[in-house]
Amino acid sequence: MQAKVKARGTQPLVVTANRLRDGRVVWLGGGGIWSERVGDAAIFDGAGVAAGLSAAAQAEAEQIVVAPYEVEVTLKPGGPEPLRMRERVRVVGPSVLAPSVLAAGMLAEAAE
Amino acid sequence: MQLLEQGRPAADRWLRVADAAPIPDDVAALIGLERLAEVPAGRTAPLGVVVGPATLPEELAPLLNRVALIAVAFPKFRDGRGFTLGRALRERFRYGGELRAVGHVLPDQHLFLLRCGFSAVEVADGADLAPWTAALGRFHTAYQAMVTDKATLRQCMRRFG
Amino acid sequence: MDGLDRTAPQVTAGIYKYDAYDRQFLRDRVAEFRGQVDRRLAGALSEDEFKPLRLMNGLYLQLHAYMLRCAVPYGVLSSDQMRQFAVVARRFDRGYGHFTTRQNIQFNWIKLEEAADAIATLADADLHAIQTSGNCIRNVTTDEYAGAAFDESVDPRVYAEILRQWSTLHPEFSFLPRKFKIAITGAARDRAAIQLHDIGLAARRDASGAVSFEVWVGGGMGRTPILAYRIRERLPEAETIAYLEAILRVYNALGGRENIHKARIKILVRDVGQARFTELVEQEYARLPRERYRLEPEVVAAIQAHFAPPPFAVLPQADAALAAACDGDAEFAAWVGRNTHPHKVAGYISAVISLKPIGGIPGDCSAAQMDAIADLADRYAFGEVRVSHVQNLVLAHVRKDELYALWQALRPLGLATGNVGLLSDIIACPGLDYCALANARAIPVAQLIAERFADLHRQHDIGSVYINISGCINACAHHHVGHIGILGVDRKGEEYYQITLGGSATNDARIGDIVGPSFAYDQVTDAVETILRSYLAIRQAGELFIDTYRRTGLAPFKEALYATA
Repeated sequence: MQAKVKARGTQPLVVTANRLRDGRVVWLGGGGIWSERVGDAAIFDGAGVAAGLSAAAQAEAEQIVVAPYEVEVTLKPGGPEPLRMRERVRVVGPSVLAPSVLAAGMLAEAAE
Repeated sequence: MQLLEQGRPAADRWLRVADAAPIPDDVAALIGLERLAEVPAGRTAPLGVVVGPATLPEELAPLLNRVALIAVAFPKFRDGRGFTLGRALRERFRYGGELRAVGHVLPDQHLFLLRCGFSAVEVADGADLAPWTAALGRFHTAYQAMVTDKATLRQCMRRFG
Repeated sequence: MDGLDRTAPQVTAGIYKYDAYDRQFLRDRVAEFRGQVDRRLAGALSEDEFKPLRLMNGLYLQLHAYMLRCAVPYGVLSSDQMRQFAVVARRFDRGYGHFTTRQNIQFNWIKLEEAADAIATLADADLHAIQTSGNCIRNVTTDEYAGAAFDESVDPRVYAEILRQWSTLHPEFSFLPRKFKIAITGAARDRAAIQLHDIGLAARRDASGAVSFEVWVGGGMGRTPILAYRIRERLPEAETIAYLEAILRVYNALGGRENIHKARIKILVRDVGQARFTELVEQEYARLPRERYRLEPEVVAAIQAHFAPPPFAVLPQADAALAAACDGDAEFAAWVGRNTHPHKVAGYISAVISLKPIGGIPGDCSAAQMDAIADLADRYAFGEVRVSHVQNLVLAHVRKDELYALWQALRPLGLATGNVGLLSDIIACPGLDYCALANARAIPVAQLIAERFADLHRQHDIGSVYINISGCINACAHHHVGHIGILGVDRKGEEYYQITLGGSATNDARIGDIVGPSFAYDQVTDAVETILRSYLAIRQAGELFIDTYRRTGLAPFKEALYATA
């Protein structure tokens, strides 16, 4: 993990993973809490992210998350926004839910 | 190391000889394949060899009457070459000695190993043996003939005929 | 199934029916998987150890959740199995599923802690997710018109089922160097893309009625697209299993284990050469104890019995009712022109249910649609549904005089788009909207293109053209063999798309040619339009897009695309 961190520029970083039990996208927040909202993510600089990754590795060893890694972000008023498209999709979810499918899905969820 | 023979815990009667150590001539000795040349022709105590995953069965064919144990190394459980090697030794060369899987294998592969003709598997000291034995009782039917079966494909692919 | 409160037909199309052994096997498999999940959640299995085990049960960890890929063996489903997919979609997912190019279905929102329950629910309807992923022999795929097509000489489902059984939890071939895909066709026209599979089989029947196979090996797409070569011209039916064992043994022993990108059988064939590879396989085959692996005629007959033709009515070939309906309804006539396939039995036809509504997600189907399709299959098609490798569904055996009623029932469900083989019948993988491997989105690109050409008259004028959009080089949408192939690439974290032209997946299989530098997300639709305008400008009478491309090559298209650059 340490090796990955080097050579980062000044770009702020957050730490993300998928939660083991349901696979949902989670972001490492303050106090080692994993949140589904990127807005809760703790912001690291290049030197500080090692601590975040170390906490994440611990959470992985405790069967809380899978395959954590750091993500470059820019800080926007609404919260951190990842630079890469892939991570932006992970923040907002699929961009393509068709209305009929979405309606069917919401019905299914409401029935739960 | 713990040893499971045909799924049952067993004592290991073989001495695993370290690479630099002399090969004892009075006990069952398990040596690396590359040291075979050092073994005197008149040896009477049982001899076993550890072979790597890239070994082809035809390379072992000339020594099958000299060895009583072939230990096939699995460097990583994902490396499935050992299954083909084991099956070939049994099916093609009628090797009747002990065939042991050593290295990184999972309990979930235990049944596959036996079905390919392995007779034993080495398990790390301290590892729970329960998943290993449970894996053998997991399935009640199979779609292929087992390599040591006398049955033909037709009889074993149940539902057929 | 009690069959009392359903529209279930008294007589159904031939379909492989599970017996007590098959059901016991599925229950055993569910129990094994449940134990593996429990061990993972408890920490007894690391992710590294668990991953190949979950993959062999079709469970991936994707961008937003786990994805469960359920097998549809050789693309054939009973109506009750379709209903069970709807149950899984509602109970464990968000009310929809996605049919894939490998004739399977994927659910996108599965939780690991519920995955064993989802798989147990599948098993209740003789369904499973076994070997839909992992480095093992995958779901055997075939012609979606199997058992129905006018140009078929051998029903490939019989052999696909035999290979399904043979490959299921094969003790020797469950940890291969890489995944292994087998496709079978039994018709004159190859609708299973056999030259693009690890092994492709073309079944033939000689004058005496005996079945043999042309065997192709070493094809594949992905990072290194290669067409298969024919290793055997005429393999007798009885030798099928023995010969496939020989190929798999050579591959398992010698295939690449170091580099994941050089581990498919196509790379081994390329590296040792076709002649040497053939020699290795023939050697291995010659020394197999062949009696043990003989596929006996009675075994084939027993499986064949499962696929007996349904009780077709005796009907005239030309149907007056269908002709009248076409005369009276131009939209229906256009749908018949695109969405049907000739049947071998007089008075019957195969109907394609397009899962490509304009602006929709290619291959997606809601639970409500699944239920409705199952009911229509019971009413009109002997209770059976097929999944095609271009992500549509097929009702294989429909009476021509009932086709109009079927179409009228499909319309309010949004399932009557008459675009099969046309531009908007786009093949797309889930891409970056769902997939952890993707570089770029595929679905919205498909939507933008379909919307640009939404006018079906314009699509009819352009004629048959296949557009395949993959979100990464793994090529799940088969972009290499699309007439127009679109590949998502990552350029510094942004989505770009490389375009290939002239690919084909059928008898004249060919890998497409790359036109040039890639296009940004918002340029792709324009690029596709430029390509099609060029085609319209230079086509000769009677030429489809692919014909024109083969005549002219890349130059005129390249010129049009990059002229202003």
